[in-house]
Amino acid sequence: MIGLEDIHKSFEDLEVLKGISLSVREGGVTALIGPSGSGKSTLLRCVNLLELPQSGRVRIDEASIAFTPAGKVDRRAVLALRRKTGMIFQNFQLFPHLTALENVTEALLTVLGWPRDRAEARARDLLEKVGMAAKADAWPANLSGGQQQRVAIARALAPSPKVLLCDEPTSALDPELAIEVVEVLAQLAREGTTMLMATHDLRLAATIAQDVVFLDRGEIVEAGPARQVFGAPARDRTKRFVASLTAPQPQGG
Amino acid sequence: MPAWLSLMIESLPALLWACILFTVPLTFLSFVFGIGVGFLAALARLFGPAPLAAFVRFYVWIIRGTPLLVQLFLIFYGLPSVGIVLDAFPAALIGFTLNVGAYSSEIIRAVLASVPRGQWEAAYSTGMTWAQAMRRIVLPQASRIAVPPLSNTFISLVKDTSLAAAITVPELFRAGQRIVATTYEPLVLYIEVALVYLVVSSVLSSLQARVEKRLSRYGGYLGAAS
Repeated sequence: MIGLEDIHKSFEDLEVLKGISLSVREGGVTALIGPSGSGKSTLLRCVNLLELPQSGRVRIDEASIAFTPAGKVDRRAVLALRRKTGMIFQNFQLFPHLTALENVTEALLTVLGWPRDRAEARARDLLEKVGMAAKADAWPANLSGGQQQRVAIARALAPSPKVLLCDEPTSALDPELAIEVVEVLAQLAREGTTMLMATHDLRLAATIAQDVVFLDRGEIVEAGPARQVFGAPARDRTKRFVASLTAPQPQGG
Repeated sequence: MPAWLSLMIESLPALLWACILFTVPLTFLSFVFGIGVGFLAALARLFGPAPLAAFVRFYVWIIRGTPLLVQLFLIFYGLPSVGIVLDAFPAALIGFTLNVGAYSSEIIRAVLASVPRGQWEAAYSTGMTWAQAMRRIVLPQASRIAVPPLSNTFISLVKDTSLAAAITVPELFRAGQRIVATTYEPLVLYIEVALVYLVVSSVLSSLQARVEKRLSRYGGYLGAAS
């Protein structure tokens, strides 16, 4: 079970997260939606502790870290918790000096200390799964955005994380390239991969998320089953936001 | 055979010997140690506590702001006054190492900082520690960008080692001076000395091109060095 309790996060004087509590259903997909600057990305990055909250508690299974403004953070505990997660980024962030295959094997070799042949076998399976087996030896610079993101998904899945954190996985992609990424994520969802996903992409959220959390100005406005939040939102703010997503949008918005 | 040519041929073994015995080791050792110092200094500037970073800035300021020749004289002729007596070669080695360290620390700092933050985050997101992310992800990318500017430092260093002649290291230039002292043929000998330096630095430049080519194998994503 993945849970956040009363997470507060500020940058300088700006309070980005104002006491967020949420739990992610295991084996399901939870979408974080909300306008730009609502704190979606920061919240996601508080789960794998790329950002350390000032206060609150982050829990993944039996591992849990409590943060207090004065408390010192145990780096080993942070690392242990982070290793239960995998993340994919808006801009893919593949390692450009490694091939697609090496991107996937890297953590298995460096972090988990697997022997090379075992790591490569696992990486080839994952590349197969995301439809990138044919490009195993390609450099990231020679792949399209959609292909890079699919390799990034394989990289994130390699160490078998408890939860896959997706930070706007399709926002940097043209619609036709986004489709191939949505398809891969939908396949993972069907297989029961636990995902927490910040997204602007209504199609992505509506296709694969069971649960939706609507975040605005650092607070959870509404949370519930996807059908309910999208179909019959209880709060006005949610209604307006969902309507804005449904309405035709200018490119890149 | 003209007299100047036979003089050149006669002097060549002594010059090459001095080059192999002193110029080349001095260059390589001070470059390797200097890069080590530069790397640590860059880490201190980027990641170290404030006092350490300030100390490194001070070190770089002193070394870059004073002539190398003066630094060498201070180490070789000055330090004995406070009881530190060094042979010429180690004194030169220390001087050049400190020099390369200061200049390369700025290069290394810049190339490390040029690796996007997102690469660190991606590395961390796969569970790497700081050291693993540095070694496996950041350094390989940074070193590729660092090759041209560090090669520059290296080639300058080859020529700068001639300053060690002034503190009695019997390297290439000093070997030339010695022959001039007995033959009174400065024009011929110094041209020959210059030619040897030219050959050595040309060889190094072609090595640089090969290293760059090897490092640019991954698709030229930077554009710059490919």
